[in-house]
Amino acid sequence: MPKQAVVPDDFTKPYYDACNQGKLVIQNCKSCNILQHPPAPACRECNASDMEWKEVSGRGTIYEYGVIHDCPVASLQADQPFNVAVIMLDEDQGIQMYSHLPGVPADEVPVGSKVEVIFEETPNGQKVPEWKVVN
Amino acid sequence: MVTQNAPDSMFRTQEGLGLWEHRGKVAAVGVGHSLTSRRWDGKAETSVGANSITALRQAIADAGISPDEVDGIVLDPGTTTGAHWQEGDPIPMDVVNAFNPSSDPLDGIAKLSAEWILKNMPELTNVKFTMNGTGCMSKAIVVAAQAVGDGLTNNCLVLKGWHNLEGRYYQGGANAQQGRPGLAAISSLWGTPASYGTALQFAAYCRKYGKTHDMMAPFIINSRRNGLLFPEGFWAQNRPEGLTEEDYLAARWIAKPANLYDNDIPIMASAAYLFTTAERAKDMKQKPVYILNHVSSRTRARSLTPTLEEVEADTARTGRMLYEGAGITADDLSFENMYDGFTLFHQFHMEGLRYRGVQNGEALDFYQTDISIEGPNPVSPSGGNCGSGRTRFWMHTDSIQQIQQRAGARQITGVKAEIGVSGGPMPLGGDFTIWSSTPG
Ligand SMILES: [Zn+2]
Repeated sequence: MPKQAVVPDDFTKPYYDACNQGKLVIQNCKSCNILQHPPAPACRECNASDMEWKEVSGRGTIYEYGVIHDCPVASLQADQPFNVAVIMLDEDQGIQMYSHLPGVPADEVPVGSKVEVIFEETPNGQKVPEWKVVN
Repeated sequence: MVTQNAPDSMFRTQEGLGLWEHRGKVAAVGVGHSLTSRRWDGKAETSVGANSITALRQAIADAGISPDEVDGIVLDPGTTTGAHWQEGDPIPMDVVNAFNPSSDPLDGIAKLSAEWILKNMPELTNVKFTMNGTGCMSKAIVVAAQAVGDGLTNNCLVLKGWHNLEGRYYQGGANAQQGRPGLAAISSLWGTPASYGTALQFAAYCRKYGKTHDMMAPFIINSRRNGLLFPEGFWAQNRPEGLTEEDYLAARWIAKPANLYDNDIPIMASAAYLFTTAERAKDMKQKPVYILNHVSSRTRARSLTPTLEEVEADTARTGRMLYEGAGITADDLSFENMYDGFTLFHQFHMEGLRYRGVQNGEALDFYQTDISIEGPNPVSPSGGNCGSGRTRFWMHTDSIQQIQQRAGARQITGVKAEIGVSGGPMPLGGDFTIWSSTPG
C-alpha cells in the first residue's frame, strides 16, 4: 500500500536511519532500562532524558486489528478496506507498532500469530517498519 | 487579562484522597443551550461566539440571578470538532466586526476566550475569575466545581462551545499534507480514523468475552430514542428520525468494528451552566443539583494506543475514586450518563462504575435487558453524542435536568433521579462528576 513519504527530524533520525539499514531500534531509558514507543525527549516513567536507541529482534505478535473502510488519508483510500493491526514486540509486550500486514486479506487477520518486521519504502525513499506473518 | 489553564492541583486524580473537601457545597442550578446546526453557515448570529452568548444568557436567566452577580467564568477555549481554520483562508471581517473583537480575529469564530465573552457580554460587570478547562465540558465542570468550592468564585458560568466548518471531519490539517513528519508518522502513517483505537479495544473486548458487535444495537436504539426526547439536541431539532436495529446493522463500517452510528456526527452547539455555592443556591430559581465529587483520569497508554487491559484497569480506578470522594457506592446511582462518543467505549465506563453490579464483559448482555428511561436501570438517559450529536455535554445537561425533575419527556420514571454520574471523554483521560439531589 502506498504510504505517505516520511520526513525524519533530528529527534527521530536514528530510528529512521536504522529502518533504512534494515534494523528496528526502539528508544530505551538508561535509568529504568525500559523500552518506550513512541519515542519522547524524556522517559515517561522517570522523566530522565538519558535515552538510547536499542536494537530489537523485530519479532512480535498480533495483538488485535481493525479494518479501515473510511480512511482520512487520501492516498490510502483506493486500498480500502484494509487492515491495521497492532503488533506487540517480543522483547516487551507493552510496546506496540502498527501494521497494514501486507498480503493478509482485509478482515482475515490471524490474531495471536507471530510476525516479523520488514521494511517498506515510502515515496521519498525513507523506509518504515512493516510486518509479515511468520508461518 | 489573560486566562490561565486550570493548574493540576485542581484535579482529583488519585485514590485514597477521602471525601471531597467541598462535597455537597457546590451546586449546578442554571442550564442554557444554543440551537444546534450541522455546520456554520458563515453568519455572525450562528457563530460559536453568538451561540455561546445565547447559552450563557439562558443559564443566567434559568438560575434566576442578575448578570452582575456572576463573578466567574470557566470555559474551554478550543471549539473545534476536528474542522480547522485553514491557514490563509480569508477571515470573515463582517463577522469579526459584528462583535467586539479580541486581539485574535478568529476568537468567537474558530476559538473562544473568556476575554471575548466579557467584551461581548457587557452585562457581566463583576467577573473577577476566569479559567480555562481545556478539551471538554467535562473538564470545565470539574474546574468550576473546584473553583467554587475553593472560594475563587461564587456564581460561576461554565461554558463549552463548538464550531464545525465546511469540509470533511479530520480531512484538513495534517491529513491533507503529502509528507509526514517523523514522529507523527509513527502513529499516523497507517491511516486510522479517530474511532480506530476504540474499535480495537472493542474488538479485543468481544474476543475476550465472546461478544459481538450486533449486541450494541439496543444501546444505539435507546440512545437515539433518548436523543429525540432532548429538545436541545441535534437530531431532535434537525432530523427527527429514529434508528432501528436494521439501520444499525446495515450501516457502513468506518473502522470495523466501529460503524457509522458508533461514530458521532460533528455539529455546532454551545451549552452553559451556572454553578454556585450550596448556600446561595437555596434561593435561586431552580432546584440545586449538588456536586458530591469530581475526579479525573490522566492515565496514559504505555505505547501507541490503550489496550483493553489498560482501559479496564483505569475505568475501574475511576469508579473507585468517584465513589470514595462522594461517600457513596454503586448502589446509590439512580442513573449513569457516561460518555459515548464513540459508542463502543460506553460499556468500559459503565463496567468501571460497576453500575447495577455489571462486571467486566457483562455490559453487552445488560444492554439486552430494559435500559430505557422507564425501566429500573436507565443507561445513558441523555442519549449522549449518539442521540444528539458530538458535543460531549448532553450527559451533563441531562444529569442536572434529571435530578431537577425537569428532563421533560426524557425524565426517568423507573427509578427516582437522585444521584447520577456523568463524564468523559475517553476511558483513559477524562473528567467525571457525581451529581445529587441532596448535599449528602
Ligand atoms: Zn526512565
